[in-house]
Amino acid sequence: MIKKEMIAMLLAGGQGSRLGVLTSKVAKPAVAFGGKYRIIDFPLSNCINSGIDTVGVLTQYQPLRLNAHIGIGIPWDLDRNVGGVTVLPPYEKSTNSEWYTGTANAIFQNLEYMESYNPEYVLILSGDHIYKMDYKVMLDYHKANNADITIAAMPVPLEEASRFGIVITDENNKITEFEEKPANPRSNLASMGIYIFSWKVLKEALLKLKDQPECDFGKHIIPYCFSQNKRLFAYEYNGYWKDVGTLSSYWEANMELIDIIPVFNLYEEFWKIYTKSDSLPPQYLAAESHIERSIISEGAEIYGTVINSVLGSSVIVEEGAVVRDSIIMKNSVIKKGTVINRAIIAEDVTVGSNCELGIGEEVENTAFPKIYKGGLVTIGENSIIPDGVKIGKNTAISGITTQADYPNGILAGGGTIIKAGEV
Amino acid sequence: MKAIGIILAGGNNKMMKELSNKRAIAAMPMAGSYRSVDFALSNMSNSHIKKVAVMTQYNARSLNQHLSSSKWWDFGRKQGGLFVLTPTMSADNGFWYRGTADCLYQNLDYLKSSHEPYVVIASGDGIYKMDYNKVLEYHIEKKADITVVVKKLDKGEDASRFGVVSLDDDGRITNFEEKPISTNCNTVSTGVYVIRRRQLIELIEKAASEDRYDFVQDILVRYKNVKKIYGYKLDTYWSNISTVDAYYKTNMDFLKKDVRDYFFKEYPDVYTKVDDFPPAKYNYGAEVKNSLVACGCIVNGKVENSIVFKKAYIGNNCTIKNSIVLNDVYIGDNSYIENCIVESHNTIRANSKFVGENGEIKIVIEQTSRYDA
Repeated sequence: MIKKEMIAMLLAGGQGSRLGVLTSKVAKPAVAFGGKYRIIDFPLSNCINSGIDTVGVLTQYQPLRLNAHIGIGIPWDLDRNVGGVTVLPPYEKSTNSEWYTGTANAIFQNLEYMESYNPEYVLILSGDHIYKMDYKVMLDYHKANNADITIAAMPVPLEEASRFGIVITDENNKITEFEEKPANPRSNLASMGIYIFSWKVLKEALLKLKDQPECDFGKHIIPYCFSQNKRLFAYEYNGYWKDVGTLSSYWEANMELIDIIPVFNLYEEFWKIYTKSDSLPPQYLAAESHIERSIISEGAEIYGTVINSVLGSSVIVEEGAVVRDSIIMKNSVIKKGTVINRAIIAEDVTVGSNCELGIGEEVENTAFPKIYKGGLVTIGENSIIPDGVKIGKNTAISGITTQADYPNGILAGGGTIIKAGEV
Repeated sequence: MKAIGIILAGGNNKMMKELSNKRAIAAMPMAGSYRSVDFALSNMSNSHIKKVAVMTQYNARSLNQHLSSSKWWDFGRKQGGLFVLTPTMSADNGFWYRGTADCLYQNLDYLKSSHEPYVVIASGDGIYKMDYNKVLEYHIEKKADITVVVKKLDKGEDASRFGVVSLDDDGRITNFEEKPISTNCNTVSTGVYVIRRRQLIELIEKAASEDRYDFVQDILVRYKNVKKIYGYKLDTYWSNISTVDAYYKTNMDFLKKDVRDYFFKEYPDVYTKVDDFPPAKYNYGAEVKNSLVACGCIVNGKVENSIVFKKAYIGNNCTIKNSIVLNDVYIGDNSYIENCIVESHNTIRANSKFVGENGEIKIVIEQTSRYDA
């Protein structure tokens, strides 16, 4: 008989539209992070490090990269005879076929998957946060409280609390009230979107609310359980936890890794982060190269200058090029003499020679002011930037661009070039 | 492919000095991220050989650990696989491998139970890329009994540590001398052989019945006039690492762009066991010139013309020059290391100085513990 005490369901179907061109072709959990990793590596590694060997990964938006990355789970030791990792896309049914319309709806559509492992507890995770967490400790806490639902929550500065779902607890951490993005928060404990459910409670709630449109954990399932007088507890988490949902926070989280002893340390023996690594040669730093405070991955070749940056595998920085305060993902090439300041450059991009990226004053992005801000230049994957162009701040480029796309050789601050139609 | 593979990795010699104290030469770390045996293994995998045995007896722990899973070289298939064959006690044998031919004899079952008509034998200490199918085609075309892959050394290279061969115009080996005292011939055997499986079994059994144990002396040299032994000329990069100087030089070759591009960028790839180390990190004070740095390293000092293997830590104000720093080495602040090979898992205390002088490469082995310093 198959029996797993706790299985994890990892929600990885979202686009993450606030990451702009970075997620135009990949789901947010598949976006590269910290040089060689992808965002989903963090929850997956947390699972295996916590002793959870059965993980369902729910995919929907642009899943190719994610599927290829996860495979059968070998890098995380999740290739198991019983359990392991299973990718769960939406599927056609005899009646009521639908996409995943909400977080809880996605889980509901995979009731059979969960049932097949006969679990006592189900851990709900999202695939877009950077953190290390022992879910086993959270489970012990759940059991000790005889809880029906345990919600991981972390203290945030009170002035920022109005951006989060806030939980209000009694002296035993039992949740007494919820406030979704309150104007005047009465607590600073913000929900992290990590839940442990006792399986019976989850199943009952999912079935009860199965006709709820866009059924969501935060909006529907948790309030429903609360109204049924279930025992809800907050599990206070005080470690490093970073939501990389915006370009600025994504950029910051990468830059924080460069600190001498970063708060979020990838170099610790304990609690390793695993990822699918190709068999790659070491990196080569040429005689004329200059490196300061940077993280550089395998197979990279540096002939120019790299300062305060995070570089992915097999990135090439040619002679005379200067990369500063930037993130460059794998296989991208920065040609001779190009100067790059505060840029996020996705995978397989070629930036031509003698370009200047990130010049001039900060100007609000005209097309998508909410996405492209913080003075960053953002370039989507497989893009090509022609030789000798100048690109201002708060700009975005995606696709194969030519000199013709840059009047007078310039993309002024706040500009956007998104080539349509190319794949 | 119609062949099985055998990698002879048993060897140790005094020429590697202290470096071979704790590992077989085939397990020597190479080029920052690899081990010597990866090159032969990747060649076999890329030549579509499905079944490979690595035969070893000298201090195999390091090698066994490296070969603990066959998946890195894609040998973990239903057909074939990767086998590590060490000497075992049996009803009719209680010896270690007494030579390469004896090693094959003790594993005759591996040869007999296979169905592939040919065998590719390689050594674990050669650094090269090769499609063994090309040798096999040549072998068949020449109707050879044994084909030996040979390499013409550059002028000035010492041939006397190799088997030296002379070929006639057709490519047949007319003379074969193992480790000659002096020679003016510079074509040497690379230790890669192609032979029909049944022929190999026959020769090995014959040698064993005469108490002969060495593949080169007792088969290649002894049969050179009786059997048709051909030489296949390899004209791409090849280097054997089995002396300290050759090991050092071969590693340093990877600082040259043409060598690096040949191995790292051209098809096919070289595979190795993948470790879960984060990317390399360069802090304040790091200054790295013309060097290879592997994953997991943290660099705070100067590194010049050197190869730094995985997970090394280089302290503040250090200088590492013309040196090889093997896996998991900790180098304390203010240390100076020049012309050295620093043995793996070493802890070099702060303010140390190690310099290899008069053209000698110094091997640094420090036994200090990392945590009570």
